[in-house]
Amino acid sequence: MVAQFMSLKNAVATCVQDGDVIAMEGFTHLIPHAAGHEIIRQGKRDLTLIRMTPDVIYDQLIGAGCAKKLVFSWGGNPGVGSLHRLRDALENGWPRKLEIEEHSHAAMANAYDAGAAGLPCAVFKGYRGAELPRVNPNIKFIKCPFTGESLAAVPAIRPDVTVVHAQKANKKGDVLFEGIVGVQKEAVLAAKKSIITVEEIVDDFADIPFNAVMLPNWAISTIVHVPGGAHPSYAQGYYKRDNAFYKAWDNIARDRDSFKDWIDQHVMNGGPEDFATRLKMHNAKAEA
Amino acid sequence: MTNYTPTEMMTVTAARALGNQDVCFVGIGMPSAACNLARLTHAPEITLIYESGTIGTKPDVLPLSIGDGELCETAMNTVPVTEMFRYWLQGGKITVGFLGAAQLDKYGNINTTVIGDYDNPKVRLPGGGGAPEIATSCGEIFLVMKQSKRGFVEKIDFVTSLGYGKGGDDRASYGVTTKGPSRLITDLCIMEPHSVDKHFIVTSIHPGVNRDDIIAATGWQVEFADEIAQTPVPSDHELQILRDLHARTNAAHEGQ
Repeated sequence: MVAQFMSLKNAVATCVQDGDVIAMEGFTHLIPHAAGHEIIRQGKRDLTLIRMTPDVIYDQLIGAGCAKKLVFSWGGNPGVGSLHRLRDALENGWPRKLEIEEHSHAAMANAYDAGAAGLPCAVFKGYRGAELPRVNPNIKFIKCPFTGESLAAVPAIRPDVTVVHAQKANKKGDVLFEGIVGVQKEAVLAAKKSIITVEEIVDDFADIPFNAVMLPNWAISTIVHVPGGAHPSYAQGYYKRDNAFYKAWDNIARDRDSFKDWIDQHVMNGGPEDFATRLKMHNAKAEA
Repeated sequence: MTNYTPTEMMTVTAARALGNQDVCFVGIGMPSAACNLARLTHAPEITLIYESGTIGTKPDVLPLSIGDGELCETAMNTVPVTEMFRYWLQGGKITVGFLGAAQLDKYGNINTTVIGDYDNPKVRLPGGGGAPEIATSCGEIFLVMKQSKRGFVEKIDFVTSLGYGKGGDDRASYGVTTKGPSRLITDLCIMEPHSVDKHFIVTSIHPGVNRDDIIAATGWQVEFADEIAQTPVPSDHELQILRDLHARTNAAHEGQ
């Protein structure tokens, strides 16, 4: 398997099926928003969505009715407040009832690590005295066979498809991540298939550090060139986080109708090329 | 500068709890303001760590999220999130975790998950994030939170993160060897755990606040220490640095 360059439309149509288990990662940084919009546009349904911080990207997918289940560890709009579409789904079952599997960050990071490492589960010092094990049957405790210490165990995360955004690919299809790298490498290696959207495709990676975070082309399924594809999240070295949009989202998503209008205007009647335009507007505003 | 708000009083008092030697795991919001105020005043050598993987970060403006680019650009190093939770947090390298809460009980147990029943929530809160393991893996925990009857309750709806559990030795019964919440800083006072039972006791009251104010803003029966200090007022210098930090932060976030 060597990474194939595709359009976003093709990549999502080829890799993502109704009912799939999907991880779209990026810890605040490099969140694959353009790919999220494409999944909504193609009307994918019954997805199990995995992500440490559901963030605005999953608020959109949940509100658009794509998800049947959410696996997560912190479901807020960072520094702003609630994810209103997520809350509406959990509190009122709108637009459909959403099943949840809730963890801590440590559990999910360990579970991705275990998935990448080919292990059936992750073992760690976690959930001690915490109540989540009461409501999440996928949290168990095991005894260390050497010391007898009680340790938390959670199943490894093995997505059907992992979707992430990165700064660069070279023409061979190797991918480079820089800055806050989150759990992206683990999430890609844990998955059966992957879609990586990138800011830029370069001839080669000249002068990068020896220990840069890279994925070789044979560990990736598809690469899509989407400049600005992480907006309103950010891409270190390319553009800053659009904090003003995150604040504006609070109002857009608070109301079902204003949310639907936004999705109609920006997602259903939009495309991946809009992200570069949106970025230009964001950058112009930041410089003004 | 004699005028300051209760929130400024709380932030300055929280900042003073930190020192140069601390390696501090920073929660977003109020803890982030307090930790950076400490770094910009009396503790310039403090190591601030955010769960996005940034170690030794020195942001010029407060981040809106736990992973703003500012944190990475000013950090000594940025590590993967898996490494952050496994080696640095679980590995016991962090001396103090600084957390806020939506609901808190007198034993410092924290709820950030749900108000009402878990399966049928009245209000769904964001959830634990890093807190369940921060609360048990850091050397000790400082809590900062505005006091109210809604927030400071006899029984929290969900134990997201462990404090002293049911009190006494209960925390240790979960295999937890770290100290737990050693200080609770509010907009009215400072509370510290009772030496044996571990419930919070008021040990210092902020200027202009009286005991009835604290009782009226607390859902559990408040206990006062035999000797109670008066919390020192913020200095002009501290207030200036804090206000400048907020002004820079607001300007930066508006501009984005």
